[in-house]
Amino acid sequence: MIAYILRRLGMILLTLLAASIIIFSVTQLLPGDVAQVILGQFATPEAVANLRAELGLDRPIVVQYFDWLIRFIQGDWGTSMVSRMEVRPMVMARLRNSLMLASVAILMYVPLGILLGVISAIKEDGMADQLISGISMAFAGLPEFVTGLLLIGLLAVSFDFLPANSSIEPDTPFREAFQYLILPAITVSLTSLGYISRMTRSSTIDVLRSDYTRAADMKGLPRWQVLTKHVLRNSLLPTVTVVALGIGWLIGGLIVTESVFGYPGIGRLLVYSIQRRDVISIQAISMVIVTIYSFSNLIADILYGILNPRIRLGG
Amino acid sequence: MTTNTTVLDVKNLWVSYATDDGALNTVRNVTMKIARGEIYGLVGESGSGKTTLARALVRYLPRNGSISSGSISLGGVDLLALSQRELRKVWGARVTMVHQDPSKAINPSIPVGDQIAEMARTHLGMSRAQAKNKALEMLEKVQLPDPESVAARYPHQLSGGMLQRILIATALTTNPQFLIMDEPTTALDVTTEAVILDLVRDLLREYETAVLYITHNLGVVARICDRVGVMYAGELMEEGNIQQVFKQNYHPYTLGLLGCVPRIDASKHDIDLHTIPGHIPRPNALPDGCIFAPRCAMAEDACRKERPSLTEISDGHFTACRRWSEVADNIHIIAKDKSEEEEIDMSEIPLLLDARNIEKQFKVRRSGLSNIFAWKPDIVRAVDNMSIRVRKGATMGIVGESGCGKTTFARCIAGFESATSGDIFLNGEALPYSIKDRSKSTLKKIQLVFQNPDASLNPQHPVGQSVGRPLALLGNVLQSEIDQRVRELFEAVNLPADYVHRLPHELSGGEKQRVAIARAFAANPELMILDEPISSLDVSVQASLMNLLAELQKEKGVSYLFISHDLAAVRHLSDWIAVVYLGRIWEIGSAQDVFSPPYHPYTEALLSAIPIPDPNIHQERIRLQGSVPSAVNIPSGCRFHTRCPRKIGAICETESPTWQNVNRFHSICCHIPLEELNKLQAPITVEEREQP
Amino acid sequence: MQSAQPAKPVPASRMARAFKRLRRYPATLFGFAVVGIFFLMAIFGPMVAPYKFSDQKLINKLKPASAEHLFGTDQFGRDIFSRILTGSRDVFSIAGSGTVLAVLLGLTLGLLSGYLGGMADEFLMRLMDVLLSIPPLLLAMIILGTVGPSRLNIVLVVGFLYIPMVSRVVRSVVLDIKTREFVEAAKMRGESNFYILFREILPNVLPPLAVEASMRFSYSIFLVASLGFLGLGVQPPSPDWGMMVSEGRTWFNLAPWVLLYPAGTIALLVVGVAFMSDGLRRMLLPGGVSN
Ligand code: SF4
Ligand code: SF4
Repeated sequence: MIAYILRRLGMILLTLLAASIIIFSVTQLLPGDVAQVILGQFATPEAVANLRAELGLDRPIVVQYFDWLIRFIQGDWGTSMVSRMEVRPMVMARLRNSLMLASVAILMYVPLGILLGVISAIKEDGMADQLISGISMAFAGLPEFVTGLLLIGLLAVSFDFLPANSSIEPDTPFREAFQYLILPAITVSLTSLGYISRMTRSSTIDVLRSDYTRAADMKGLPRWQVLTKHVLRNSLLPTVTVVALGIGWLIGGLIVTESVFGYPGIGRLLVYSIQRRDVISIQAISMVIVTIYSFSNLIADILYGILNPRIRLGG
Repeated sequence: MTTNTTVLDVKNLWVSYATDDGALNTVRNVTMKIARGEIYGLVGESGSGKTTLARALVRYLPRNGSISSGSISLGGVDLLALSQRELRKVWGARVTMVHQDPSKAINPSIPVGDQIAEMARTHLGMSRAQAKNKALEMLEKVQLPDPESVAARYPHQLSGGMLQRILIATALTTNPQFLIMDEPTTALDVTTEAVILDLVRDLLREYETAVLYITHNLGVVARICDRVGVMYAGELMEEGNIQQVFKQNYHPYTLGLLGCVPRIDASKHDIDLHTIPGHIPRPNALPDGCIFAPRCAMAEDACRKERPSLTEISDGHFTACRRWSEVADNIHIIAKDKSEEEEIDMSEIPLLLDARNIEKQFKVRRSGLSNIFAWKPDIVRAVDNMSIRVRKGATMGIVGESGCGKTTFARCIAGFESATSGDIFLNGEALPYSIKDRSKSTLKKIQLVFQNPDASLNPQHPVGQSVGRPLALLGNVLQSEIDQRVRELFEAVNLPADYVHRLPHELSGGEKQRVAIARAFAANPELMILDEPISSLDVSVQASLMNLLAELQKEKGVSYLFISHDLAAVRHLSDWIAVVYLGRIWEIGSAQDVFSPPYHPYTEALLSAIPIPDPNIHQERIRLQGSVPSAVNIPSGCRFHTRCPRKIGAICETESPTWQNVNRFHSICCHIPLEELNKLQAPITVEEREQP
Repeated sequence: MQSAQPAKPVPASRMARAFKRLRRYPATLFGFAVVGIFFLMAIFGPMVAPYKFSDQKLINKLKPASAEHLFGTDQFGRDIFSRILTGSRDVFSIAGSGTVLAVLLGLTLGLLSGYLGGMADEFLMRLMDVLLSIPPLLLAMIILGTVGPSRLNIVLVVGFLYIPMVSRVVRSVVLDIKTREFVEAAKMRGESNFYILFREILPNVLPPLAVEASMRFSYSIFLVASLGFLGLGVQPPSPDWGMMVSEGRTWFNLAPWVLLYPAGTIALLVVGVAFMSDGLRRMLLPGGVSN
């Protein structure tokens, strides 16, 4: 088990390293010079050259990369080229907001997705299943900006039910922020809900058809006991991994949704930074997102290992 | 057997499935009774409806299945009148089930002890602690050593035989009136099967449960059942006690089935196996009269007009054949004696394949907590110094249980696996280990027929193309010639010529295997490796394939290397036999010699374990305990010593035995002197039939 | 056990049976119909559009739906219906070419990786892991933010992003097929690697690949639309659906149709493709292979 965790951890660190290379090289390919961008079109060539030297942009690219990576790991994420502020506190504040939103969303779509998936599986091919599958497939396919705007139209504008705009101050405490979180959270959830429920459905159907489920039925255990003790225990195992893999989706969803609602999260910051070509911020934000994504997968793998006796006990 | 109270009483049961093709009546008009303490064997080939019947009996059918008419009474309770909720109180308490594949029928993420205990808690109203004790008691009942530790384990930590014991323990926990066992030993090795069958027999005597024992294996029925019902295409054809059905049957189908099974005392040179032509009819395309008529050798016009019903002929002996009284006179239809074939001196025949000291090792990495720093991989010695010779036009059978290395050995010869060391000579010429290094002309000379007919044909290619391809590869052949050859090959394997355009999924398993055989012969090989080619097929299909193989061999003079776990099949097809255990050969010789004393103790155990479809057969009861050691930690000395029932002492544990020659061709590798073995061991014999 | 099983009737045709099964799933039929209609729209739409997508008539701005302007007009008085019709071509061509690119490259890599095995496989798959460790939208945004969102760039990015998913599916099928006995039989008679890869293995990869491709297509539309919304899609004046929605936000209270029609169109197409892909799965992989 420990060997398993160490192996996974090693893999993830290597992957992160490789991802950082991709991020760095993609952003460094920017047509146009970072120094030029900072100083604006009308800067003199000397000023640009000075700034380049100051920023270390005249060094070989590999040196720049390692310098950047090491600083990043040390927590020195640089200064924004646009706002001239330190990147780290800014990103961290926004990250907190995004995590808040993500948590609310996860608390909504994971339990609901599992529930719908299980119901669907039990009623395989019945009316309930076709309905759930159809609807969740439809939602899974709808881009967040479509569902988000429709929700705004429906709930916020028509009924004046919830705030349509979530552009709160970045450091609003959770309690106050909560009402602004609901619509964006629903928006993000709808996409991921379909994914979770479909995966749960298919793994549950597999288990329902297994010999050991039949055997449990034939033992005369009450149906709910067969379901909870024998079926779900096995069919929800893969869901752990599914949820973690879904975080990738969730992040995409957050980027779009935060823009739709003007919510001050990391996704909104990313869009803003890209529009302003703020390379330093883009790099930092990307690294933060990728790191979070990788580690959520690591945690899922560990959890899966703990829950699955085959891995826990070897064999 | 002592009492005669009826536990299960089924009358005129019909079961149907709603499918895309309309309603299919897969079980029709079945009437049966099972008494307390009686083991009722239900035999039939696939498609006979036996599993559907079993599931209908407990009203546990798939969603599209339903009981359309009839009655089922269990201990006086009308099962069809129960609600779902009431039914669940019957399941587990009054009727239980043991499923086919124990590794799939036990929940992988719950300790096995808990899975027995939940039975006791649900139905016996026991507390957690009481149930736990009950579970331990049951584990002891099924003779598992150290119940405490077994109870705490998960299924993946236990062997198939142990898991099957656990399923049996679970099923008996509530002391049910009625127990259904659905092919409970089919997934097990023959020596494990024998031990489990003994256990089942003893336990059931003790519990006096009424048992429905479903199987395709007539030998198993003969060994443990009291009564037997023969099912065909959804209906019972014959029913009676063991002696009646096996020794004095009244139905041509039963007679035919028995004739399909190869015998342990005869080979392809002595007899042809009986075959049953044609297919089981689909439930929506039944013939008008007797449903067996299209395949029955005794059918006459009257049979095709009216469907005979199951009638009692004599004391508990039922048949659905009009001409039952003549069946006994027709025994000749199954016994095709060919003993006039002359014996040939085998030593005269030149060698084709000479494989010497073949070894194959795999490296595996261990996982688990204790092995973080074990960077050195384990070595699995799958094949450890095996040598065999195959003579031209003859068959070498390699027999052994799963995991003994016989398939790896065959794959080394074929070149799919590169042997670690050893020499392979074909016609005296050394062959490279890997298929990649062999010349095209050598490749052609060795062909393989695989076990799984579903996987051996490309699902996207018409079967004619699969057979024609080896011919096309030769180059310079006209398409018309290829087509002609393909037709000939199809004819040779008894397939209709218009099958060439079909895709594999449009063929039955037996037909696919025929195509695979045709494809192998298309290359005109000298050596054909047959890796369990018939194991996944029904007995009647097996029989026709074995006949086909024997016939083709005679015609084309090809040699076979026949790999199988089925001793009777090996005996039937082989001229020579090698017995393999844990990667090594322990006995080798002519088929007849190997199957008569003196035997190697392992051969002896195998022969004693094999279920023979004859209730009067006398087999010594020699059982192997425990399971096969892993090929990573091979036991010292004689590697069979951990399980050998004839072990003579410390010498077996410390010193490797050497080969002793019984005759020029027959050798045994054991410490016990041959004279000793001869004295200890008895041949398999059949007692004369007692007159009922 | 297999086989003294009933003689199997030869099915009239596999497709016919598949369609018979399909009728039980109205959602699938709906999906095929929607995708068909949109496809025709992409080909003929711009020709039959009542107005040119860029025709501005400022007096006519923000008019609700009428006989003249089926879906109303936008803030510049442009006909929304015509803009949607015209925009459909971009959606289909960009998401479609992106998908084709991803499928072709993914197929090649998957075949190589699965068939060669060993170090090559290990290397390729780790590379795919790295790509997968960056959420697709994030990677698309930083790339397009850097190189600029031209049509070609978007196609390349979409193609590139979905290579890992496609190649994984292909690889897993190849790994499965490669060990089947019919492949060993082919080796046994001395077939070339080329024959084995393209004649024995490839045909078996195609059905799952078709299902995967249709799913990728729906994700591509999703991605392209989202990028458009974020301003990283096809640039104005081309009528990009996502962009139309984004711009429509400003006028939402005043003229909701400016936003709703393009949003509804995207929704319809995406859902249609998803249903179609699900139907393909049912038809081509009746065994029920889950993702
Ligand atoms: S009734 Fe006729 S066809 Fe049927 S089994 Fe008896 S002899 Fe054969
Ligand atoms: S050598 Fe000993 S342990 Fe081995 S088979 Fe002979 S008697 Fe048994």
